[in-house]
Amino acid sequence: MDDLAAAFGQAASLLLGFDAELIEIIGLSLRVSFMAVGLAALLGLPLGAAVALYRFPGRTLLGALLNAFMGLPPVVVGLVVYLMLSRAGPLGALGLLFTPGAMILAQCLLVLPIVAALSAQIVADLNEEYNEQLHSFAAGPLQRLATLVWDGRFSLMTAILAGFGRAIAEVGAVMIVGGNIAHSTRVMTTAIALETSKGNLALALGLGIVLIALALAVNFAALALRDAARPRYG
Amino acid sequence: MVKRRSFVAGVFLAAAVAFPSLAAERSIVVASTTSTENSGLFGSILPVFEAASGIRVKVVAVGTGQAIKLAKNGDADVLFVHHRPSEEIFVAEGYGVKRFEVMYNDFVLVGPKSDPAGVRGMTDAPAALARIAAAKATFASRGDDSGTHKKELGLWQAAKVDAVAASGQWYRETGSGMGATLNTAAGLGAYALADRGTWISFANKGDLEIMVEGDKRMFNPYGAILVNPAKHKHVKAAEGQAFIDWLVSDAGQKAIADYQLGGLQLFFPNAKKAGS
Amino acid sequence: MAEPAIETSSILPLRLESVSYEASGKRLIDGVTFDLRAGTRSVILGPNGAGKSLLLRLCHGLIRPSAGNVSWAAASGVAVPYRQAMVFQRPVLLRRSVAANVAYPLRLRRTPARERHARVEEALSRAGLSALAGRAARSLSGGEQQRLAIARAWVMRPEVLFLDEPTANLDPAAARAIESLIDGVHASGAKIVMTTHDLGQARRLADEILFLHRGHLLERADAATFFTKPKTAEASAFLKGDLSW
Repeated sequence: MDDLAAAFGQAASLLLGFDAELIEIIGLSLRVSFMAVGLAALLGLPLGAAVALYRFPGRTLLGALLNAFMGLPPVVVGLVVYLMLSRAGPLGALGLLFTPGAMILAQCLLVLPIVAALSAQIVADLNEEYNEQLHSFAAGPLQRLATLVWDGRFSLMTAILAGFGRAIAEVGAVMIVGGNIAHSTRVMTTAIALETSKGNLALALGLGIVLIALALAVNFAALALRDAARPRYG
Repeated sequence: MVKRRSFVAGVFLAAAVAFPSLAAERSIVVASTTSTENSGLFGSILPVFEAASGIRVKVVAVGTGQAIKLAKNGDADVLFVHHRPSEEIFVAEGYGVKRFEVMYNDFVLVGPKSDPAGVRGMTDAPAALARIAAAKATFASRGDDSGTHKKELGLWQAAKVDAVAASGQWYRETGSGMGATLNTAAGLGAYALADRGTWISFANKGDLEIMVEGDKRMFNPYGAILVNPAKHKHVKAAEGQAFIDWLVSDAGQKAIADYQLGGLQLFFPNAKKAGS
Repeated sequence: MAEPAIETSSILPLRLESVSYEASGKRLIDGVTFDLRAGTRSVILGPNGAGKSLLLRLCHGLIRPSAGNVSWAAASGVAVPYRQAMVFQRPVLLRRSVAANVAYPLRLRRTPARERHARVEEALSRAGLSALAGRAARSLSGGEQQRLAIARAWVMRPEVLFLDEPTANLDPAAARAIESLIDGVHASGAKIVMTTHDLGQARRLADEILFLHRGHLLERADAATFFTKPKTAEASAFLKGDLSW
């Protein structure tokens, strides 16, 4: 296929040419997804750990929901967030629709169940190992949670990376709540969708290759960080 | 613990610097169609307007049906689409202030070179569609309630063919935008109705070419409507109207006429002169 | 928050009254009654499967008895869990440095940083681990890990230190190092309660013996008496090596 070969050429020239518009789009993609994953981690790690550690009413249901929502369709999340943020919706007064803020919110909701469900598993496994010792230390429930999250940090990073992969790659949610507005809310995936709809398949695939390279780079950086730290504490 | 706290603080700090200036910019949101965005028209004319007015125009390009829905919800300041009957209902229901004619282009019927239905060169669009239906030649429809889709359904009606009844057989509803539908048509070797702007700028034509054009019934007028501030008080009425005023002004009309792709003019300004 | 260890009244003696423990319908500890007083080194001795570890966990409060009572002499308001520590057969080390592991229980108790640093340093030095302070705890050898576990218990200045077969997985040299460390903890004033199935170790460390057999406390005597004149047939057999499988 000509397009396939052309796509790699496009990807290379896009990256090497430091195309200003591409840089802007990559920058927004990274910012939105980092923020979304950061928020999801801030909420999802404690939530997952709480599901793993504490007994409370609805705990089983919550755990099941988190697991089920790991596969939530982005379009559905996008629609729900749209309906919330629309001027006709309950949060319309915030004026967040078609801004990066709305995209962060949508991706955060998409990623939260992944981070929380994986965290719950990781924390539960670690608790199995630490349980008696922490009991012996008379660690309180919050101290226990903090200890397990901190000591599980290298494994939990994998959960966060899984969330990041989901966030940076999804198109359905950011398309609806961001609107793919040029120089404002256009990210890698919506740009790819746009170029595909223009029939610029090679350019679209070229952007796709850049996106994959980006996701790989983030993963490598995170894993390198982990491998550098692990021998000291692992 | 200290490390953990400083990490959390770092995340919030990052959040604060990541989007320093979300506010304090004069801008409007325009709900428009994929045809205007994908053809490159906005990319050409908006910088002219933004330079003249200092107002940033954010275009959300979706199907006409979705664009109207967005505008009804108050999620846009200006509606700029191409399905006059829907636009007139939009105004009549009080969602829009007034419809302004801005420009037109036209639709073309495209199909594979082999032309299995034998419609090449016809100037009667409904007759051509009737022939496609008779030949059961594959036809790719938008199927997404967009302006183009509504226009296509009108033409089928004029041809007295119930194409939707054949959905899934020779009539394929893609349920997606113009570009995606053309990609599908190119892949299937199917006929499709496309607006000329998207067609000219479309890069993946493959085997497709224009079969039928020039029928008055394929005329495609674009109208701009300010979303009614009486319905949604946050609508930026002054800025939105400024944009519409500019579109129909001599400067705006010239910018539209000036946009060419491959030496071809894509849109033809037709605003009524003030007072006329 | 002030550290409850400032409390001067002792939490000892610990009293077990008709304590039984059942799991999946089996009675693993059956009607055990005794008390543990301050000062001595009490060794719970018995063959594998006698219920030694369970008894230790019942004393420490890690598990609750199915019947009977475990009670401390402490006045109400004394934080009993903070006044005792336990070292497990397989040390559970946090995924942190050696020093951070020792500091951890003090952090839980919100010991002020300056005092914490001083106590961590002292505990590491007593355990001979000062040079390894910055290493990852889980990269240490088995013997070093167990010494670290004891240092981490010691740093809390417990009134009672429970040890569950602390040398079971170690070679003789490492085991000796552990034993002398336990002696050190005892010399600093802590009550020692440990389990072992190693007769030699019991002879070296014990002031008194509690002989446990199939969930029953068959004998309790000071060490010299137990080793020379066991009262029950089971204890005699155990001392002869017949039951030490």
